[in-house]
Amino acid sequence: MAYPQNYKYTREHEWIEVTGNKGAIGITDYAQNSLGDIVFVDAPKVGDKVEKGAVFGSVESVKAVSDLYSPVSGTVTEVNETLKDSPEKINSDAHGTWIIKAQLSNPGELDSLLSAADYEKFIAEETGN
Amino acid sequence: MATSTSLALRQTALNATHRRMGAKMVDFGGWDMPVEYSGLIAEHMAVRTAVGVFDVSHMGDIQLRGPESLAAVQHICMNDASKLQVCQAQYSAMLYPQGTFVDDVIVHKFSDNDYLIVINAGTREKDFQWVRQNVQQFHCHANDFSDYYTQLAIQGPKAAETLAKLTNLDLSTIKGYWFKWGTVCGLPNTLVARTGYTGEDGFEIYVPSDVATSERVWKEVLEAGKEFGILPCGLGARNTLRLESAMALYGREISEAINPFEAGLERFLKLDKGDFNGSQALRAIQAQGGPKRKLVGLEMIERGIARDGYPVLNAAGEKIGEVTSGSPSPFLKKNIALAYVPLDIAAAGGEIAVEVRGNPVKAKIVPTPFYRRPKKSA
Repeated sequence: MAYPQNYKYTREHEWIEVTGNKGAIGITDYAQNSLGDIVFVDAPKVGDKVEKGAVFGSVESVKAVSDLYSPVSGTVTEVNETLKDSPEKINSDAHGTWIIKAQLSNPGELDSLLSAADYEKFIAEETGN
Repeated sequence: MATSTSLALRQTALNATHRRMGAKMVDFGGWDMPVEYSGLIAEHMAVRTAVGVFDVSHMGDIQLRGPESLAAVQHICMNDASKLQVCQAQYSAMLYPQGTFVDDVIVHKFSDNDYLIVINAGTREKDFQWVRQNVQQFHCHANDFSDYYTQLAIQGPKAAETLAKLTNLDLSTIKGYWFKWGTVCGLPNTLVARTGYTGEDGFEIYVPSDVATSERVWKEVLEAGKEFGILPCGLGARNTLRLESAMALYGREISEAINPFEAGLERFLKLDKGDFNGSQALRAIQAQGGPKRKLVGLEMIERGIARDGYPVLNAAGEKIGEVTSGSPSPFLKKNIALAYVPLDIAAAGGEIAVEVRGNPVKAKIVPTPFYRRPKKSA
């Protein structure tokens, strides 16, 4: 699986695609594969604040609940409403399916996130490969 | 996500096969088992609409044999085994003296002096010790044959057609909860039982547990079911299937803290057969007005998934019970759960709430099972 080079990643398996001062946030292919069939996404509302490293929602598969940790601090500007009825989109296209978009309040936070190469190395270590 | 820790866990003969097929593995009661292969929902739906095959070799097999083996079975199990005919099986349970569950089991009558008791994987050692201790006064012999068998469950509307290709048995002569021995995959005198834990028609076959035989049979079952769309199925789908059918899971709906009245399993409890382990305590409970809590089915009516252990709340937001098992239902496309609630609430039915990670989410009490397989038209 190729992890998009222009995304940044967290150790909690979220990705962020930054355009200007806005970021689109989702979960990685590794995460969707670990979770299995996703059936429920609990997302914040437009206008809610998110904080780097804090839980902003959750993704549920049939057998598990997984908290979502924000890679950045900011304000939610958009929520992917299609995930209410079709949460399985995350399984079929994790890197193309954003969950929220946020206005960044502190773009400097991006520097501490992982690059695609670092993230791939990280998950290789996790799985003992 | 846990990394591979199979060194400390027990394995079935098909462990390498499951790993080769890319199954996601999980620790289930000390066993390294496949939780899913291609995907839980796909596997679940394969069983409901076509056919799926499960490796359930981790389950245990206790054989009670000898002139007083019936008396022994009657003493330790709550159902009435004297009603069984040769080649018939029944759902039952072993009870503690206080009337609560040691384990749920399926009792198979091989002959008047020979019974096979199939038990849960997680309770194998406990059950065998329990059986040995409790049949001492009967003239019989107890064997643990668990490691002798690779047990495969072939389940779904196409299970019979699949298995028919592999056996000389006329499967139409084996009714639900009956069994026969026949040649399966070239193996003579193989036990074929029309039992299962999915709510669908299906069979469980017991073949020798050496790796070569186990792998060959597994492969032949998958080949035979290919035309029907067979999928190998893991414990993930096994759980959602049994939950839709409201079948108990030891450690959740039944346990050493729960009795058959509470669990709604009275139809398998035969107090009129005479005294047996737990019968006195259960008669006393009956005399005192019965259980104070009952297992009910829940269907979420607001957005949210009730899961194992989540609190159940009354209208005032007070905790009145707990979810024993809860999950999305892949076939029904609803979120369902089983939960213990006080008797009056169980009787009244209606709306209730489940606390989902801090928030009350509305649910309604519904009859169980949540899913019943369609009756075959005559």
